[in-house]
Amino acid sequence: MNKFSLIWSNLFRRKVRTFLTLFSVLVAFLLFALLRTVAGAFEVGIDFAGVDRLNVSPKYSIIDPLPITHMNEIDRLEGVASVTHQTWFGGTYQGLNNFFPKFPVNPRAYFAMYSEFEISDVQLEAFANTRTGAVVPESMARQYDWQVGDKIPIEGDIWLMADGGKLWEFDLVGTYSTGGEAGLSSAFLFNYDYFNEARVEQTQGLVSWFTVKVANPDDAAAVAAEIDALFENSMNPTRSATEAEFIRQFASQVGDIGLMMNGILSAVFFTILLLTANTMMQTFRERIPELAVLKTVGFTDAAVSLLIMSESILLCALGGALGIGLAILVSDAIGPQVEAFLGTFRLTTATIGSGMAIAVLLGVVVGLFPALSANRLQIVDALRK
Amino acid sequence: MAIVSLKGIDKVYTKGRETVEVLEGIDLEIDEGDFVALMGPSGSGKTTLLNLIGGIDQPTRGSVVVGGQQLVGLSSNKLAKWRSENIGFIFQSYNLLPVLTAQRNVALPLLLTKLSAAQRRRSTEVALQIVGLEDRAQHKPGELSGGQQQRVAIARAIVADPAVLICDEPTGDLDRDTANEILDLLEILNKDYGKTIIMVTHDPKAASHAHHILELDKGQLVKQVA
Repeated sequence: MNKFSLIWSNLFRRKVRTFLTLFSVLVAFLLFALLRTVAGAFEVGIDFAGVDRLNVSPKYSIIDPLPITHMNEIDRLEGVASVTHQTWFGGTYQGLNNFFPKFPVNPRAYFAMYSEFEISDVQLEAFANTRTGAVVPESMARQYDWQVGDKIPIEGDIWLMADGGKLWEFDLVGTYSTGGEAGLSSAFLFNYDYFNEARVEQTQGLVSWFTVKVANPDDAAAVAAEIDALFENSMNPTRSATEAEFIRQFASQVGDIGLMMNGILSAVFFTILLLTANTMMQTFRERIPELAVLKTVGFTDAAVSLLIMSESILLCALGGALGIGLAILVSDAIGPQVEAFLGTFRLTTATIGSGMAIAVLLGVVVGLFPALSANRLQIVDALRK
Repeated sequence: MAIVSLKGIDKVYTKGRETVEVLEGIDLEIDEGDFVALMGPSGSGKTTLLNLIGGIDQPTRGSVVVGGQQLVGLSSNKLAKWRSENIGFIFQSYNLLPVLTAQRNVALPLLLTKLSAAQRRRSTEVALQIVGLEDRAQHKPGELSGGQQQRVAIARAIVADPAVLICDEPTGDLDRDTANEILDLLEILNKDYGKTIIMVTHDPKAASHAHHILELDKGQLVKQVA
């Protein structure tokens, strides 16, 4: 026997209680690792390296529209290979539960821009030539059991028709393959010309953002700066960013993601602190005579304190390690899907390291009071208990 | 030669405003290799005297010398180290750690030594052989009878080869036959292994195994019987 096996044996003296506490700590650190990873995705700086597409959105809020006339001015800039536009349509299909993005686009320009999306020439032509035509990702067609030729009604909430009506009807003329991508670009697409003509006149000519292809990826940052400078003093200034950054900005409209995540984590850790501290105090109280025996046979006050503290740290570190390990498995499993929205979703070594540091710190805080009590324990008094 | 020497021992406990004089003017010498029984009514100070000799309590006044070491004034850490090397403790309620096997309970005091794992294992085996429980080494206390648990406690007390065994009513929780077995074992440890044994007991039959009987009453030594 060594000191570690003594600590280990004591830790599992009440197996159910220890496993329940361990599970609580595990869940807390699973949440920590995943939420920190989500928050981290919102905190990363804009990295233009290797990027050949930029998103140009309104500078202050993405709910402010941009005039489509910006497109021609962007197109004229040196370094810009092509440009197209998209508009956030909103709307619902048979209730709020069926959420998917819906964009009016220029069919040929859109699929030229997103060359990784595959659509047959015949269906692209049908899309371009059918006024009420729409195309959807294959996965979406499967999900809603849509066939080419179906009429798909969408109830507008942002954009009303010129006659005041809310119901927009589209004819499904094709499907496209996204190659596994599932970001904002993978959407229910319909003809901008139809949308623009049919909507209320005062809103015509407005779009939500532009997508710009740069001629040379090395110039992406410079082109972005040039576009923003171009509209700096206009009524509609812009903010150019990579697609990943754009999606993050889009999601962050919900609120301060980092603050929300930190708020949730603080509540979780406070609860875990109380729960684990209670477990450790119960463990300590049950073992007062045993601790007195250890002191009697020669363990010093410090050695007994260290024993209690080690149990507490081991419990929290074990729960932390299991939680973070599980988070790594979860992030590997769902990472590719989430990355399409957030740009990045991988547990960083900083998250793993800070998680383990917090676990050890939690163990120290939780073990402090029982360890100090064990240190002060008088053998004669404790043996009487 | 005296292995235990107590001079002018007073022990006073304070509870709030009340002070209780538990031991008063105790002078006592116990020779090396002796087997002493401490008797007396409840509250006479037997256990307190035992605790002072074992170095787990300090007197209010007086001197406690055990094995040539003055215990009065020693720091808590020095006392702990001294106890681990010089004293074996045997309690009425065994006080084994329920999560550890008999073997691991016995090995506990050796965790504080610089012995190698193999040496610790060997010493533990020897101690369990002496008490006749080598075949129960892997059992936990809950799987052993009261007598067996007390034997494990005795093995734990002797594993570090201390000179003095302090026994606080070691047969108090046992039936007569098992108590006799434990007392026989203590006699063997005294005669064959040279351990000095100081035992608190209420039981005159248990006390009859000792070489000397000391009787305490109201904190004072009132009789010494050879």
